[in-house]
Amino acid sequence: MKGEVTLMKGNEAVAHAAIRYGCDGYFGYPITPQSEVLETLEALMPWETTGMVVLQAESEVAAINMVYGGAATGKAVMTSSSSPGISLKQEGISYIAAASLPALILNVMRGGPGLGTIQPSQADYFQATKGGGHGDYHLIVLAPASVQEMVDFVGLGFDLSFKYLTPAMILADGIVGQMMEKVVLPEQRPRRTDEEVKKQCPWAANGRTGLRKRNVVTSLELESAKMEVNNHRLQATYREIEKNETRWEEIDVEGADYLMIAFGSVARICDKARELAAEKGLKVGIVRPITLWPFPTEAINKAAQGKKGILVVELNAGQMIEDVRLAVHDNLPVEHFGRLGGIIPSPNEIVDALEEKLVNPKK
Amino acid sequence: MKEEIIIAGFGGQGVLSMGKILAYSGLMDDKEVTWFPSYGPEQRGGTANVTVILSDEKISSPVLDAYDIVIALNQQSLDKFAPKVKPGGILIYDTNGIHKVPQRDDIKIYPVNAMEATMELGNPKAYNMVVMGALLEAMPYKLPMENVVKGLKKSLPERHHKLIPLNEQAIEKGREMLPK
Repeated sequence: MKGEVTLMKGNEAVAHAAIRYGCDGYFGYPITPQSEVLETLEALMPWETTGMVVLQAESEVAAINMVYGGAATGKAVMTSSSSPGISLKQEGISYIAAASLPALILNVMRGGPGLGTIQPSQADYFQATKGGGHGDYHLIVLAPASVQEMVDFVGLGFDLSFKYLTPAMILADGIVGQMMEKVVLPEQRPRRTDEEVKKQCPWAANGRTGLRKRNVVTSLELESAKMEVNNHRLQATYREIEKNETRWEEIDVEGADYLMIAFGSVARICDKARELAAEKGLKVGIVRPITLWPFPTEAINKAAQGKKGILVVELNAGQMIEDVRLAVHDNLPVEHFGRLGGIIPSPNEIVDALEEKLVNPKK
Repeated sequence: MKEEIIIAGFGGQGVLSMGKILAYSGLMDDKEVTWFPSYGPEQRGGTANVTVILSDEKISSPVLDAYDIVIALNQQSLDKFAPKVKPGGILIYDTNGIHKVPQRDDIKIYPVNAMEATMELGNPKAYNMVVMGALLEAMPYKLPMENVVKGLKKSLPERHHKLIPLNEQAIEKGREMLPK
């Protein structure tokens, strides 16, 4: 069904998008605020239509290792969870990254640390972008700001992940997961045949045929010299991704005196704040990083030229602000405004913060 | 056209599903729509609210400071959201159980007895659609009834489609509560 317009929650949309992408397997474990992903998949029963596997594992750790196994065979596999569950998955994520496998991981962030709250948060920015697990690795991190982007980033995440053999993460928050919006679902794509998988993924451990050499998928390499080579290979891939795949959105940057920088749903609250600020005669532009890794460093540096200051707005105590500061080399004031533990700031609060911290700062 | 609406009341009053039907109706009328619930460890008797935004243009924030229309279905919600109606905006509240009425002269206030009207209908489950009727009548944006019916069809599971005439009747009853 092409161009089908419907209304659904971000979490539900991810489930529909996964099936329509031709995803081979989903392995999950319920946790608020993303349980609708698994629930919707169970209700849609794709195993009877596309043949996609949907499995509720016994734990988050089991789920991510099922993803590791599925990915090693060249299948398009995914998992989803929320902050505490994503912490449990970190060992597996590091292994998947080290083994250069494609996989998609969705984190619908909730307030932390610890078990925290079930309300929206963006406090897993460091974890997602700086390597939540051990070792020198990166995930391709996509931050959706709408239900439509939840759909689009399932496809984009899988595509990039297969292109660079690097796991991708959709870093969403409870707002995007729980709100319903108009969404256009993509057409149903068939799952790849075994032949297609073999052709696309010659490295996959999916049964040796003919005279081909045995494929070994592992993250272990006891010889340091070889492990260094592996690391250099990963780093070379990361430089490629940085060069080709950095994405961001700008709103009214030209002619603005101030910038607000925010990702995900918070960028939309900032957009409303931008309108309210304009009523007070303040000219504000917005830069919304869409890929949090690779970070739009150059774009932010360029957008900051000639501005009086930057307000970074996040649902955390100040994480992305570090990358913004690195991008602008302290050439202008960079301030942070955030609410913590699951509290969402209103547009007026953001305007107040802008005035207090940048427009009329107390000396 | 843009209507920023919040519906607030007790869990179990049908607040979230009314918001959903409103959002689907807007979708059927080719509007951009956002439906954002207060989600959490909520239960019957606790508070629940949902923000619904209907617009001709792309919608920015699902989180708002002020609303064009506030619908408050208990005292707690009335106290919390009556001050958040934009000047010139609309406040609809159910008088049932209300002991402190809002004092504002810069907005239109419609006290309605939706509970009583629902009882006259004879089906307490239709309560939220009676309230919906009041909203549709009061809202400056006139949502065509045929699209509301389409919205009902979209948001209700097939097995409940036989109840659509009752819902339409409830909406009509709700419309009649407003002063002509």
